[in-house]
Amino acid sequence: MPSNGNSRMVITDGSRLIVEALARAGAEAFIGYPITPANLLYSYAAARIPIMLPAPDEITTVQWMAGLSAGGRLPVTATSFPGYALMIESVNMAFMMELPMVIILVQRLGPSTGTATCGAQGDLLLLRGQISGGQQVPVFCISDYHDCWKLSAEALRVATELRSPVVLLTSQESIMTRRNFDLSELGEIAPIKRKVYCGKEPFKPYDADNSLLPEFLPLGNEEHQVRLNASTHDKKGIVQHSTPEALDNTIRLDRKARHNIARYTFYEYDRQEDAERLVIAFDITAAAARDAVTQMRIEGDKVSLLIPKTLLPIPDEYYGIIHRYKTVVIAEENINAQYATILFGQKLPGSIRTMGCLGRMIRPDEIVNEARRS
Amino acid sequence: MSSPILNAKTLPFCKGCGHDLIAKNVAKGIEKAGFAPLDIVLVTDIGCHGMIDGSFNTHTVHGIHGRSVALGAGVSLALAGSHKKVIAFIGDGGATIGLQHIIEAARMNIDMTIVIHNNMLYGMTGGQTSGLTPTGFRTTTARDGNPFAAHDICALTHIAGAAFSSRILGLGDYSDRLAEALLVKGCSVVEIMELCPSYGVKLNPKRKLSEIMESMGRREGAWRNDRPGFLYTGSPSSSDLTGKLPVVLMKHKGDLRSRYSIIITGSAGEGVQVAGSVLSRAALSSGYHVTQKGIYPVTVGVGFSTTEINIAPFKINYNGIQNPDAILVTSRDGLRHNLKRINRMKSGLLFIDSSLEMPETGADVTVRDFRAAGVRIAAFYSILSLVSATGIITFDAISEAITGLGLDDQVPFRRLVQMLNN
Repeated sequence: MPSNGNSRMVITDGSRLIVEALARAGAEAFIGYPITPANLLYSYAAARIPIMLPAPDEITTVQWMAGLSAGGRLPVTATSFPGYALMIESVNMAFMMELPMVIILVQRLGPSTGTATCGAQGDLLLLRGQISGGQQVPVFCISDYHDCWKLSAEALRVATELRSPVVLLTSQESIMTRRNFDLSELGEIAPIKRKVYCGKEPFKPYDADNSLLPEFLPLGNEEHQVRLNASTHDKKGIVQHSTPEALDNTIRLDRKARHNIARYTFYEYDRQEDAERLVIAFDITAAAARDAVTQMRIEGDKVSLLIPKTLLPIPDEYYGIIHRYKTVVIAEENINAQYATILFGQKLPGSIRTMGCLGRMIRPDEIVNEARRS
Repeated sequence: MSSPILNAKTLPFCKGCGHDLIAKNVAKGIEKAGFAPLDIVLVTDIGCHGMIDGSFNTHTVHGIHGRSVALGAGVSLALAGSHKKVIAFIGDGGATIGLQHIIEAARMNIDMTIVIHNNMLYGMTGGQTSGLTPTGFRTTTARDGNPFAAHDICALTHIAGAAFSSRILGLGDYSDRLAEALLVKGCSVVEIMELCPSYGVKLNPKRKLSEIMESMGRREGAWRNDRPGFLYTGSPSSSDLTGKLPVVLMKHKGDLRSRYSIIITGSAGEGVQVAGSVLSRAALSSGYHVTQKGIYPVTVGVGFSTTEINIAPFKINYNGIQNPDAILVTSRDGLRHNLKRINRMKSGLLFIDSSLEMPETGADVTVRDFRAAGVRIAAFYSILSLVSATGIITFDAISEAITGLGLDDQVPFRRLVQMLNN
């Protein structure tokens, strides 16, 4: 392979890059709970993140994270579905309190315990529906080592700016397989500079301007009282049954992620001139899709590739791209076309073809065949 | 009562509710302990007690049912080293739901004060039995009296290691005892016994708190563990996880023109994964791109161990292996794990230990006594056989990879080469 004087070629797994990127971005605490296939992340975090505490269970994990976050620290954890299922009420709490945190969700084969050591992409519908009320937690998805680096840092930045939990989605094969990689390709990651409320007036933790993003002030500060609340609340953070101000706040929570999506729209669009076919894939299936598209082009087919990295909320750009093509193949490692369903609902447009599988990765030749069939 | 801590004369509780007294005693205790309002973070959760937030001039956090102690522990960890104090309010129902959090805070001796509002039933949801309901106490879900014994939360937290556990009969002015708890550097637990006027009193007429406590064999008191509060002292052992990775120099040349996929399979503990790492590193130093995936049961110390390696002169995206070019089998576990793949091979190479039965395959087969070198280096022997037969990687590259991974003491490279040549 070509090599220049600056190259630093190593063999590594993606977990290492994720944790290093989060540390550089400013992750201050990692709350650990052992679960396959997220264990490498836990191990690396133990060596790298300033505060690393082992939690006794997944509920405690997110509660501790929420407390740390409310106190001004930026916390991270990593889990897989069985753990995430237990976290969801607390994720709702952190969402309602508007507390930044990053949860790395490493997908494995379900339902339930499923197969701990087998990859999958089966948690998308769960993530879309996890908040009672239908509001959306931003979900980023890693498709290669560059994403492990950049997207991880962005996840922490966006969590901080949006005052929201952010899910960094990946899967077993994506972050446990070891690959050669040139470290010199990694860019600098600047630590997040956190803004806090500096006003003289009493602090209202849920008072937002047109950005819909309220300012932050940690618990325990000497200047202003801070009230945080997981129940329906007003701008001050006081419980309300259903006052207009409190319901407006709940509506703001629904809108703030989408309203600010331009801040965090990440995708890769490899467009081929005159192509009428589009392949969409993310996470580990993006690797197969890249190979499939390369092969098709070598063999004379015209085809474009879209790799969404901001999975939720869905950026409008995806629809703009999709509507340019006569046929679109969405490949995902599940048996019920989860992201396609999120994009288009149960009744898919005629131009959309879906493909999936269970218990193994989708192969490039399968994507090629499906794209050619369409 | 209005105070620097409380901002309301009337608190949002039913007439005669013990929660009212608890809030006022806590507020008074905070003052007596010398804390200013913004020195305190009051964490509440679901239950009638959680309606108090708005009445406190402190920082307040209102969380979810049973989790105020875990949430408060997180706040305490964030504010460690400051003079701030976290107070977690929780009911007996919440303490039942979140018992683990209370035990954990006690075990870790996290610097916080936990105030358990024990009115012996779930009040807000209609008077149901909790884990702290005494035997014989009537609730809406145990009309004839609770058949179970109540947790002794003070005993549990004391034995778990809380610096301070105390039980208070929740009548009158007990603010001094709350101030004492608030001044503890570590986990202090205060269980306050009270009666819910809406359910507890109505369902258990004529019963008095003191008599109920006596029937439980419980008494007021304070129990101490002389141990320091938790202070996080850990520090990262690494300042750069990527900096630890050995940089591999392209010192060798390989002449592969296409992707070459290898499966090494054997038994756990027999060096399969490490041999895969050697082969991967040697491939990289030969100018190839490489992927390596380990496959093994969750019981990593027993059963099969397989590693899948792709080598190519171009970037490898998809790392699955449908048609392996070579399978190296060093034990029966490995043969069983990959038998179907071996059966499906229509071409390629199979290297198999001579102790194993010969599977059906379309591959060219090489039989060798890999285990003669010792079971822990059988996999290394097999990769030398592969590179010798194919020339895809040089022996020098393998030798340097063994050295580079610090395996010289474990892998007798020269002896293996000699065995191969014999």
